Amino acid sequence: MRVALFITCVNDTLFPGTGKATVTLLRRLGVDVAFPRAQTCCGQMHVNTGYREEGVRLARHFAEVFGGYDAVVVPSGSCGAMVREQYPRLAPAATGEVVPKVYELSEFLIDVLGVTDVGAYFPHRVTYHPTCHSLRGLHLGDRPLRLLRNVRGLELVPLPGAEECCGFGGTFAVKNPAISAAMCADKVGNVMATGAEVLCAADNSCLMHIGGTLTRQKTGVKIMHLAEILAATEAAEVTATIERSAP
Amino acid sequence: MNARDQILARIRGAVAGAPDVEVPRDYRGATGPDAGTAEPRPIDLLAERLRDYRAIVHVVPEAEIASVVREALARRDAARLVVPDGLPPAWLRPREAEALPYETVGDDPELSADDLDRVDGVITGCAVAIAETGTIVLDAGTGQGRRALTLLPDYHLCVVRADQVVAGVPDAVARLAPERPLTWISGPSATSDIELDRVEGVHGPRTLEVVIST
Amino acid sequence: MSRTFLGMPGRALERGFPANAAVAVRDSQLRFNLRKATRTIRGKRAAVVAELPDWEGLRQAGKAIKDHTLRNLDRYLEQLEAAVTAAGGHVHWARDADEANRIVADLVRATGETEVVKVKSMATQEIGLNEALAAEGVTAYETDLAELIVQLGDDWPSHILVPAIHRNRAEIREIFQERMGEWGRPAPEHLTDDPRALAEAARLHLRERFLSTKVAISGANFMIAETGTLVVLESEGNGRMCLTLPRTLISVVGIEKILPTWRDLEVFLQLLPRSSTGERMNPYTSTWTGATEGQEFHLVLLDNGRTGVLADEVGRQALRCIRCSACLNVCPVYERAGGHAYGSVYPGPIGAILTPQLRGMGSELDRSLPYASSLCGACYEVCPVAIDIPEVLVDLRAKARHPRAERLGMAAAGWIFNRPERLALAQRAGGRLRRFVPKRLPGPMSAWTDTRDLPDIPRESFRDWWDRTGGRTGTERQDGGAR
Repeated sequence: MRVALFITCVNDTLFPGTGKATVTLLRRLGVDVAFPRAQTCCGQMHVNTGYREEGVRLARHFAEVFGGYDAVVVPSGSCGAMVREQYPRLAPAATGEVVPKVYELSEFLIDVLGVTDVGAYFPHRVTYHPTCHSLRGLHLGDRPLRLLRNVRGLELVPLPGAEECCGFGGTFAVKNPAISAAMCADKVGNVMATGAEVLCAADNSCLMHIGGTLTRQKTGVKIMHLAEILAATEAAEVTATIERSAP
Repeated sequence: MNARDQILARIRGAVAGAPDVEVPRDYRGATGPDAGTAEPRPIDLLAERLRDYRAIVHVVPEAEIASVVREALARRDAARLVVPDGLPPAWLRPREAEALPYETVGDDPELSADDLDRVDGVITGCAVAIAETGTIVLDAGTGQGRRALTLLPDYHLCVVRADQVVAGVPDAVARLAPERPLTWISGPSATSDIELDRVEGVHGPRTLEVVIST
Repeated sequence: MSRTFLGMPGRALERGFPANAAVAVRDSQLRFNLRKATRTIRGKRAAVVAELPDWEGLRQAGKAIKDHTLRNLDRYLEQLEAAVTAAGGHVHWARDADEANRIVADLVRATGETEVVKVKSMATQEIGLNEALAAEGVTAYETDLAELIVQLGDDWPSHILVPAIHRNRAEIREIFQERMGEWGRPAPEHLTDDPRALAEAARLHLRERFLSTKVAISGANFMIAETGTLVVLESEGNGRMCLTLPRTLISVVGIEKILPTWRDLEVFLQLLPRSSTGERMNPYTSTWTGATEGQEFHLVLLDNGRTGVLADEVGRQALRCIRCSACLNVCPVYERAGGHAYGSVYPGPIGAILTPQLRGMGSELDRSLPYASSLCGACYEVCPVAIDIPEVLVDLRAKARHPRAERLGMAAAGWIFNRPERLALAQRAGGRLRRFVPKRLPGPMSAWTDTRDLPDIPRESFRDWWDRTGGRTGTERQDGGAR
């Protein structure tokens, strides 16, 4: 099976650690993942802000880059949902073949590889935010939670109001800053109520938004992408990373 | 062009070439009467759901309807009761010519709104009752009277026969005649307009009492 | 064509949604009221929807019935007209708000009456009927409890189902005490803020009016083409009062409210109450066909922009709406902004797609409505007729005029994303400048940094790391991991 990684522009540029963790994890599970160098962006920001033509161009580009693979793994719920929900409307002919082969990371692990225990070790108190596009776009269901429950040492605590949006919404955060900030404040309040050390999600854009408020308020709660927790195997290394990046 | 023709022309222009759709009817009761569940029985479910919405409910054998009705009216100290045409006399008196401890008022000639506003209550039958939703449906037929009779009095006592109880909404719609004016009643008048908190008792009857005969 | 009127003048129309919402979100009483109310109803809806094993089947049937109806709307309207007429009713057609108001005013004037009682109706809110009647010397009395609160408080509705959702019991008590006397029977002395006492005050205030008023005006939830039957769902009994007691009944109904057959009600009488008030069934549903029990009956069929919406392939799904307001109750933006920020009688997610379609996107407010959403998708999930609100929002955004600075920014981003080499160069430039990015940004980006930190920009992008290492892990520079 030829497997490609679609890193997404946000992860590529701002969160390379998530990409590295995804590669580490997949290789540990015996998947030789490729990184097609020509990939750029899924076009979500353009389309959702009202610039459809750019989005159509990027959708076609995506199909050209990933057309030859058997599976495309995306460590992002919202970019995955963009491909699966919006490409069929934007460029049905060009993307019809590639869209069914695109998997969000937890889907790929559970539905394609058939694993729920990826051999990870992460001795921390973690809460999980099931971002809107993971939950209602991709319908990931409890897949990420099943993976987290099998991580040794990890204490998973439920997040109150988990299904409510954090208020990111791409350009929504800057177009409607007052409402976005109010939504995020409520999300942060719920995260704090769990007493978790780490907030985990399958989407770095939402984590960037919530994390930006967590650090501004000097809460000490860290954000980590699902891939990073699943890639962790040695307690010392991860703990050291956490300490190093503390504000 | 007049308004009618212009609106119809706009519609035709707007939908020209659009595809039509088939209606999938993949729900309970779509292909024939829904038997409902064996447990609880439809009449018990009806009683439970009516009580959920603060109706007073009695489930009794047919022979006991009159005594339950008499006790219910006594509890309310009812002195004047509206009795629509065609209401089975046996629901009020087990034996003919027995004296009633309250006055009955008929609707022929028609009672005025003020008259109806002053009576102590009304007793009716119904056309259909729906177990799953706790609904009784009146169709202004025999023993029910016109719609205002069950609207203005503050107390509505309704007798439901077991054979009038259906499992769900589709069965009720199938049994009802659209040309008759229908009133679907699920509990007493209520509102959720203050903080979305449900409060029973606004303009319609504030008390709904239902006698279901087995 | 003149701009379609949607019954909401006032300050909210002068600014865009973000500015309206920014004011509302600072009103802590409003925030508290909305949060409490929307969370209560959300829970009730979820519980009664979960009771039905065939909910999704009903939802798909509801969606398809509406789509089929819209496709054949001309035919069904003609059928409805014939059936209503055959049953002794009179049918009128109105292209816009002015025409509808004129028809109703003339009908009322013909009765010689100067007072009418009203059943809560979105269509008459939409056309501003009360104001139009007042200009003709006719007083319209709202009889739904929430509409009464809005009317007495000289206020605007902020929710489709519960127009006074922005008011709590203490505020309602104050409005009743101060204003009821000006409109009729005053509130009882020593009125408390117990919802039961407030409902009782409304009962007493309106009782005499119900018994004496000769003309009523309503909307309808459904109209059955095959039989000419109209259907009104309500809770309090004020609807039954208006539909039953007056000598003349005038119903103003949007043309999209039609269902082909009597049988179709079996779907919608399950979908609507559970989605709307979170009840298995609302307390009262009335159906009538033509002139009933000696009453004179007029039906006014209203277009007011609907045929324009029908012409839009993506946007026409908004006409499936049955006005249940489940999308409002679940929307995180509505919960914090409140209904008035939307500047229309249709607030919340459905308003964000309906208002700009009915009214056009000429004003700053109407252009901003399609952006009044984080696209979280909660509205689509609860919609009983499966209106894909996020899809329509995104489609409307593509049709909106965009600010110049944004257009330039998006074009620049597009230029970078079109070539991977450009993206790599931009990432390296960002990496080199990472230390110079301030914690608080100027201009439009301050909208982010006012309340949120920016993430640290890494020294090396993922693609540069891959090029350098061939994706061999164990060679990280340790700038990944937790942040």
